[in-house]
Amino acid sequence: MSDFNPNIRAFCCHYTSQQTCAEGSEGLKQDGFPESVSLFRVPCTGKIQVSTLLQAFEDGADAVYVVGCPAESCHNVKGSQRAAKRVGAVKQALSELDVESERIEMFHLERGFHPEFVAVAQEMDKKIKKLGPSPLKGESA
Amino acid sequence: MIIAERKPIAEIVEMTRDHEKVLVLGCRGCVTVCSAGGDREVEILASLLRLGAKKEGRKLEVQEGSLVRQCDKEYIDSLDSWQDGYDAIVSMACGVGVNFIANLRPSTMVYPGVNTSFFGGSPEQGFWTEQCAGCGNCVLHLTGGLCPVARCAKSLMNGPCGGSQNGKCEIHQEVDCVWQMIHDRLERLGRKEQMLDVAPIRDWRTAGHGGPRKTTRDDLTV
Repeated sequence: MSDFNPNIRAFCCHYTSQQTCAEGSEGLKQDGFPESVSLFRVPCTGKIQVSTLLQAFEDGADAVYVVGCPAESCHNVKGSQRAAKRVGAVKQALSELDVESERIEMFHLERGFHPEFVAVAQEMDKKIKKLGPSPLKGESA
Repeated sequence: MIIAERKPIAEIVEMTRDHEKVLVLGCRGCVTVCSAGGDREVEILASLLRLGAKKEGRKLEVQEGSLVRQCDKEYIDSLDSWQDGYDAIVSMACGVGVNFIANLRPSTMVYPGVNTSFFGGSPEQGFWTEQCAGCGNCVLHLTGGLCPVARCAKSLMNGPCGGSQNGKCEIHQEVDCVWQMIHDRLERLGRKEQMLDVAPIRDWRTAGHGGPRKTTRDDLTV
C-alpha cells in the first residue's frame, strides 16, 4: 500500500481556512500540508449538507473531513455544531454500509493562522494511507 | 402529520439488490416536514444506494424524484414522467404512498424506504411525539384535548391507573401520565368534575378492528 496516494477532501469554513489564504498553496506545502488533501472553502460549515459530503465520496474521495469553528464560538453561532451533526450522520451511514467510519471526520479549530490546520490534514493523510483506498470506489469488489 | 424515519441503509440495499434501475421517490407532504422522505432525503438515499452498489461492484442506476403527494391518484399518475427509467421504486413516503403506488401500478415493484411510525407533532426541532392514534372516534372533548388512546400506554378510557406515580407512567420515568395531565388540565379549566364521568366500554370498530376503514364524502363526488 506504500504507493497509495489518497484523495482526501477537506471542507473548511471561511474563518478556519485563513491559513490557506495567508500562505497560499505553496506556503502550505512548505509547512508540510499533504498534497493528498484538496481544500474546499465554504462561508460556513453549517451550510454543508449530508449530500455534499456523500457526493465527495461518489466523486472518488478516500476520505472527507470538515474543519469548522470551535463548537461554542462559531462565527455563525451554531454552524460548526450543525456540521458536526451532519458528519456524524455520514459516519453512521458509512458504518451501515460496512465502511470504516473514520473516513470522515469533523475538526473544530480556532480561527486564523494555526499549525493545527496543517496537523489535522497530516493526521488524516497518515490515517487514510494506513486504511487504504475507500471500498466505496468499488475497486476491490 | 404522519411521522416516519428512514429505514437502515443495509435493509434498503438488500431489498433493491436484484434491480439495476431504481427510482428513489420522495413525497412533499408529511415526510418532508419530518425530514424523513423529502427532496433532501431522496438525494441522500440515492447517493447511499449508488455508493453501496459501487462498493459491491454492482451496476445500479438511481434516479431521484418526488411527488407533491403520494397519497392521491392524480399525483401517482405523474409517475409516467419517469417511464421506463426504472424497474423498481423506493418510496420515501409513508406506508400510504407505498400502498397507493402498489394499488395503481400493478406491474411496478415498490419498496418502502421509511418506517412509518405514528401521527405526531414536533415540540422542538428534531423531536416528534405521538399525539393521535387515528382511532376514528374522537374523545378529546371529554379529556381536555389530550388523547388517552394515543398517549396512555394502556389506552385507558377511565384513568389514571395504579401505575401512575408523581405524574409519570409506570412504563418509563420519562413518560408523562396523560391521565394526570388530563386531570390537571380539567382542573385548570374549571371542569375537574368531568373526571368523575365513567366512560362506557368502547367500540373499537372505528379504530380498524372492523377491518380496513374508508370514508366517503358524497358532496365531493361527482
